[in-house]
Amino acid sequence: MSEISSNLKLGAEPLDLTADVLVIGGGPAGTWAAWSAASKGARVVLADKGYCGSSGATAPSGVGVWYVEPNPEERAKAKSSREALGGFLADHGWMDRVLDQTYENVAHLAQWGYPFPTNERGEQVRRGLQGPEYMKIMRKIVKQAGVRILDHSPALELLLDFDGTVAGAAGVQRQDDRPWSVKAGAVVIATGGCAFLSKALGTNVLTGDGGLMAAEVGGEMSGMEFSNAYSLAPAFSSVTKSAYYNWASFTYEDGRIIEGAGSQRGRSVIARTLLTQPVFCRLDKADEETQVWMRKGQANFFLPFDRAGINPFTDRFPVTMRLEGTVRGTGGIRIADTTCATTAPGLYAAGDAATRELICGGLTGGGSHNAAWAISSGYWAGGGAADYALALGDKAHSRRLRGAGRAGLRPSGAGFETAEVVRAVQSEVSPYDKNLFRTEQGLSDSLTQLNGLWRAVQGRPDSATTAEGALQARQAAAMVATARWMYASARVRTETRGMHKRIDHPGQSPELQYRLLSGGLDTVWVKPDPTSVAAPSSKETVAS
Amino acid sequence: MIELVSQSRCIECNLCVKVCPTNVFDEVEGGAPVIARQSACQTCFMCEVYCPVDALYVAPEAETSVEVNEDRLIDLGLLGSYREAVGWGPGRTPGAAKVDASEYMQEKIRKTLH
Ligand SMILES: Cc1cc2nc3c(=O)[nH]c(=O)nc-3n(C[C@H](O)[C@H](O)[C@H](O)COP(=O)(O)OP(=O)(O)OC[C@H]3O[C@@H](n4cnc5c(N)ncnc54)[C@H](O)[C@@H]3O)c2cc1C
Ligand code: SF4
Ligand code: SF4
Repeated sequence: MSEISSNLKLGAEPLDLTADVLVIGGGPAGTWAAWSAASKGARVVLADKGYCGSSGATAPSGVGVWYVEPNPEERAKAKSSREALGGFLADHGWMDRVLDQTYENVAHLAQWGYPFPTNERGEQVRRGLQGPEYMKIMRKIVKQAGVRILDHSPALELLLDFDGTVAGAAGVQRQDDRPWSVKAGAVVIATGGCAFLSKALGTNVLTGDGGLMAAEVGGEMSGMEFSNAYSLAPAFSSVTKSAYYNWASFTYEDGRIIEGAGSQRGRSVIARTLLTQPVFCRLDKADEETQVWMRKGQANFFLPFDRAGINPFTDRFPVTMRLEGTVRGTGGIRIADTTCATTAPGLYAAGDAATRELICGGLTGGGSHNAAWAISSGYWAGGGAADYALALGDKAHSRRLRGAGRAGLRPSGAGFETAEVVRAVQSEVSPYDKNLFRTEQGLSDSLTQLNGLWRAVQGRPDSATTAEGALQARQAAAMVATARWMYASARVRTETRGMHKRIDHPGQSPELQYRLLSGGLDTVWVKPDPTSVAAPSSKETVAS
Repeated sequence: MIELVSQSRCIECNLCVKVCPTNVFDEVEGGAPVIARQSACQTCFMCEVYCPVDALYVAPEAETSVEVNEDRLIDLGLLGSYREAVGWGPGRTPGAAKVDASEYMQEKIRKTLH
C-alpha cells in the first residue's frame, strides 16, 4: 500500500498497519497523547524516530513543571509572572486550561508511581520531573494502555485520502531498513521542536519534521519568530542546563569580569563577547549549602565537569551558548481549537511541535511552561484525535491514500548533498549575529540563501538509498523549511518582543501586539493571527 | 561522545542498541555491540543509564572524540557513575526522590532564579 515502499527500494518488506490514532513522536507530548487516545477506546500506534523513553528533549534532562496549586491567588500570580516577558501574547483562557490539566495529569503520574520527593511535612513536591524516570514511566503506561510502539521508526510523510484529509503516515524503520505505513483515522504530530542538530542535550532527533509534514497538508505555523533560544553550556559539552549559571560570574580570558554578563538578562552580553573571544565562567556565588543542594537537584549538570576533572565552583571553564531553536522557543504548528486540532482536517499537534504562545507568548523564561504544555496539549490532542477517528468508524480504513511528502523525499533524482545542506542551514541559524541579534539586512540575506537551499532540496537524492539516508535527506529539508518560516516571521515583526530581538527595532511597538501566522512551501507567507488580541484584519506579507 | 563498550563487562543484552535515540550502535551476532556511527552521538548519556552492567562510557566532549582507558575510568569511579546518580540499578533509590525539596531550598531557588 505504502507509497514510500514503491518509491524507496529498501532491504526488507514493508510493515503496513492500521489504527484509529497514529501518534508521531514519543516524548512527553506523544506519550500523553497516546495514553489519552487509548483511554477513550481508540486503537493507537505510536512511532518514534528514536526510542520512546530515551528520545527527545525531556528524557536525558529533567524539567521544571508549571504546576500551581488551584488556589486563585497562586494561579493569578503564576499567570501574571511571565506576561510581560512573553510580550503579552499569551491567552488567559489557555493558561487556565493548561494549569488545570497539568495539575490533574501530574496527579496521575504520582498514582503511577513517579517517585516525587517529599518536603519536611511529608507532602509530595510535584514541581519537577527527572527525565529518565519520567519517560520510563510514560513508556510503561502507554504500553499498558495497549498502544503499539514502533521505535526507531521516523515518520517521513503524512498520507492523504483523495479529499485531502489526513489519513495516516509513512516512514522507515532505521534498524531494519524497511518502510512502514499506518492507515489511521487521525494523526497527532508530537515530534518536538527544531534545534538544527546543535547537539544541545537530547535535541539531535528534533529537526522540525512535524512542521514540514503539517505544512504539506495545509497546516500553518505560528510564532516562528520566537525560535532563537540559546542555552549556556561548558564549551566542550552538550549539557545545556542553564539554571545554575545564576550563581556564576563570567570573565574574559585574562580574568577580568565581563560587565553585565549574566545567565538570564545578561545573556546577550555573553553572546556578544563570544562573537570575538572565549568567555569563562565559575559558579563562585554558590555557598556550600547551596552547592550540596545543586548536586542533589540536577545530577546531569555535574556530569561533564566531574568527567573532565573540573570543579565548577572553584575552577574557571569556557562556556558557549548552544542553539535550541524552537525547543525552548515558543513557535510551532498553529493550534486551531481546544482539542489541539490543526488547520488540516484529521491532523492534531502537541508539545514543542505546536506553538506555545497561547500560554507564554514569545518567551518561556526559566522553563516549566513547555513541560506543562506538552502534558496538557498531548492529552487534548490524543483525546481530540480519538473522538474524530472513532466518529469516522470503519470508513477510515477503506480510503485510498497517497503520500504528501515532497522536499527531500519525492520525486527521486535530486542532486543535493545532505551534509552540505545541513551545514548551510546551520550557518544561517546558528551564529548569534544572525539569529540572536536580528536585522532587516541580515534576515533578508539569510532568506536569499535559504530560498536557494529550498530549491536545491526538491526531491530525494539518489544517494539516499537506505532508511538512514532517506531520513537524513528529509531532515535536511525540514530544517530548511523551518528556518525560512523563522526568518520570514522575524522580518515582519519589526520590533523587539519576547525572545525576538531586532537590533534595528529595539523597542516593543504597541501596534504589533499580536501573534504572527506563517506557512507555505515554495512561497512563504506571514500574516497576523486574527484570533489574537489587537490583530489588524488580514494583511499578508509574501516573504520569499 | 560514546567512547567505550567494555568487552569484559558487556553481557550482550543489546539494550544500548535499542535505547540510543540516534542509532549509534550496531548489534553484533555473538558479541558486544559496536559503535557504528560515533559522529551521530548526541552525548545524551542515555545508553549509560540503561546499561545493566556499567559497560559503557560517554565522554563529556560533544564535538571531539577523545581517547579513554578503561582501567583508569574504573579507578576514577566513572564507569557507571551516571546510572548511580540517576539512582537506577538494584538496591538504589531513584535520584528523582532525593531532590532536596525542603521549603528552605525552594525559597532559596526562587530568590536566586527570579
Ligand atoms: C536541556 C533542556 C532543558 C529543558 N528544561 C525544561 C524545563 O525545566 N522546563 C520545561 O518546561 N521545559 C524544559 N525544556 C523543554 C522540554 O524538554 C520540552 O518542552 C519537552 O521535551 C517537549 O516535549 P515533546 O514531547 O513535545 O518533545 P520531545 O520531548 O523533544 O520529544 C519529541 C519526540 O519526537 C520524536 N521525533 C522527532 N521527529 C520525528 C519523526 N519524524 N518521526 C517520529 N518521531 C519523531 C523524537 O525522537 C522525540 O522522541 C528543556 C529542554 C532542554 C533541551
Ligand atoms: S547495554 Fe551494556 S551490557 Fe547491554 S549490550 Fe549494551 S554495553 Fe552490553
Ligand atoms: S550518549 Fe546518547 S546518542 Fe550517544 S551513544 Fe549514548 S545514547 Fe546514543
